[in-house]
Amino acid sequence: MGGSLWLEWKIALRFLLDNYLQTLLILVGITVGCAVIVFITALVTGLQSNVIARTLGTQAHIRMLPPDEVNRVLPAPLGLLALDLENPRPQRLRSISNWQDVRDVLDRQPDILAVSPVVSGPAMGRRGVARASVALLGIDPVRYLRVVPVADDLIAGRFEIGAGHAVVGKELADDLGLDLGDKLRLDAGEGREAIVDITGIFELGVRELDARHVYLDLKQAQTLLDLPGAVTVIDTKVADIFAAEDIAVRLARLTGLKAESWMATNGELLNALRSQTMTTQMIRIFVGLSVAFGIASVLAVSVVQRTREIGILRAMGSPRGQILRVFLLQGGLLGLLGSGVGGALAWLLVQAFNRFGARLFEILVEPTLIPGAMAVATLTGVLAAAVPARRAARYDPAVAIRYV
Amino acid sequence: MSEPEEVLRLAGVCKVYNPGTPQETEVLHGIDLRLVRGELTALIGPSGSGKSTLLNLIGLLDSPSAGELYLQGRATRELDDRARTRLRNEAIGFVFQFHHLIPAFSVLDNVLMPLMIRHGKPDAADIERARGLLAEVGLEGFAGKKATELSGGQQQRVAIARALVTHPALLLADEPTGNLDTHTAENVFELFRRFNAQFGCAVLVVTHDPRLAAGCLRTIELVDGRIVGAPGAP
Repeated sequence: MGGSLWLEWKIALRFLLDNYLQTLLILVGITVGCAVIVFITALVTGLQSNVIARTLGTQAHIRMLPPDEVNRVLPAPLGLLALDLENPRPQRLRSISNWQDVRDVLDRQPDILAVSPVVSGPAMGRRGVARASVALLGIDPVRYLRVVPVADDLIAGRFEIGAGHAVVGKELADDLGLDLGDKLRLDAGEGREAIVDITGIFELGVRELDARHVYLDLKQAQTLLDLPGAVTVIDTKVADIFAAEDIAVRLARLTGLKAESWMATNGELLNALRSQTMTTQMIRIFVGLSVAFGIASVLAVSVVQRTREIGILRAMGSPRGQILRVFLLQGGLLGLLGSGVGGALAWLLVQAFNRFGARLFEILVEPTLIPGAMAVATLTGVLAAAVPARRAARYDPAVAIRYV
Repeated sequence: MSEPEEVLRLAGVCKVYNPGTPQETEVLHGIDLRLVRGELTALIGPSGSGKSTLLNLIGLLDSPSAGELYLQGRATRELDDRARTRLRNEAIGFVFQFHHLIPAFSVLDNVLMPLMIRHGKPDAADIERARGLLAEVGLEGFAGKKATELSGGQQQRVAIARALVTHPALLLADEPTGNLDTHTAENVFELFRRFNAQFGCAVLVVTHDPRLAAGCLRTIELVDGRIVGAPGAP
């Protein structure tokens, strides 16, 4: 009867308001639970994206390397079993063959955002009597900065690496007493030497990189490393960072090169992130469950308290479905209201964290998080109300009406 | 003068509780009864005689184990819960001993409740009808009050207004004055008499009070689940 839910809304709201203390108590419970869920989700999301941004801010998502050199073992003559004693081959610095073609192929991959061929090898940096072992990186700056934005982390000078210029890390600059405009002698062995001017100093915050990386022009590095026209690695950046491993596998098959994704080289980190996500998920599930049981138990009590009123409504011709809907609505309303307030509370907590916290990183509340949490909480409220509501709807009106 | 319209007819109605178990009890044995429009009937009988059971059956809150119950000529035993519920709303008004208003709602909302159950948000005509009934029971000034703010007699008058708001063919009252003092009880019973004449519905009042029973046109006595005294038709 009726068609609309007008009377169901009216009765549900009246019942909730009439027992406002009980309603308020459970609302506080839902609010706290929901605030915890929203806050912890925002916190962990913020933490993880921060850690990932920091990790990936200093390295390529996928590095393409020449395949390892292996010994070629002659097959044993038929019918004979050969026992080989093998020494692994030394992996000399080698070029990627046809790297221009590989670069062009990679450029055309839709899921790869940037491609940067790099020639990289070891050298000794000297200034006066101070020496430090360094890693030379010969790059095309326009391409390279799209993969690793070192220019964003400059603390002095410009990212300018024309012929005879170099950009070095802060640790290296400190070790060798280098400042902008100073000269650095680079010795790549076998008499190949160059003197470069320091045009920029960067600080990535990763000690290993800040102490060793020397960015040079591609051609100058090729000469120093005795690899004219060659590159030793192709760095790439992908759109979906968590697809990096899958893309790496595909690229390896496509190019015949070795493809290392950040996920493979940062296995520990990825593992930590995964366990963190799982822990958060557990917390969310258990807090959500306790909220659901809270709603269910409050409504179960309410159904008993309202037995006689349910009997009266049924006697006056209220169908079972209407009684059912009255209590489902109450569950949904509690979930919606509690999660609305809880979401607002969590948002305030996030703002407080960003403003007064340790400021290690910023938490951003994704725009879908709070509406999503409210939708889930409302649905949870309706589901939690299902058992008490069914019970109410099944009351025998003749018995219920005489309930004292 | 034409025969008055039949509102209710019971034919051989039996009620057995816990059938097929050792606790099996037959509470009503073959009740035959007929009520017509405009009739004011008292149902009397000692405790345990089956009055409440009979009232539950007539009010479609329960269904008979055997026999048939015709409400406005319509057989009801085989109806499902949904149809019985609808029929209750359309054809029957209830007044209970403990008035049974819904405390969370205002007096006016309580009176409007059967109409709201029927078609949702009340329209102007519904509200006018409810206010008119409240005026008839002498409570026009109480429409906005909470049901719990009223005295017992006032609440019972609200319950009567509520029972009549749908203009039911049958008004059932279960010891409507059992909880009231003599004077108030007399006033409440006066309302039944007045509305019985005014709306022409059939009224069945279960009562212990012999003076009230004496005020009715017809008295049915139930003893051990059987009707004694006045037979089926008037």
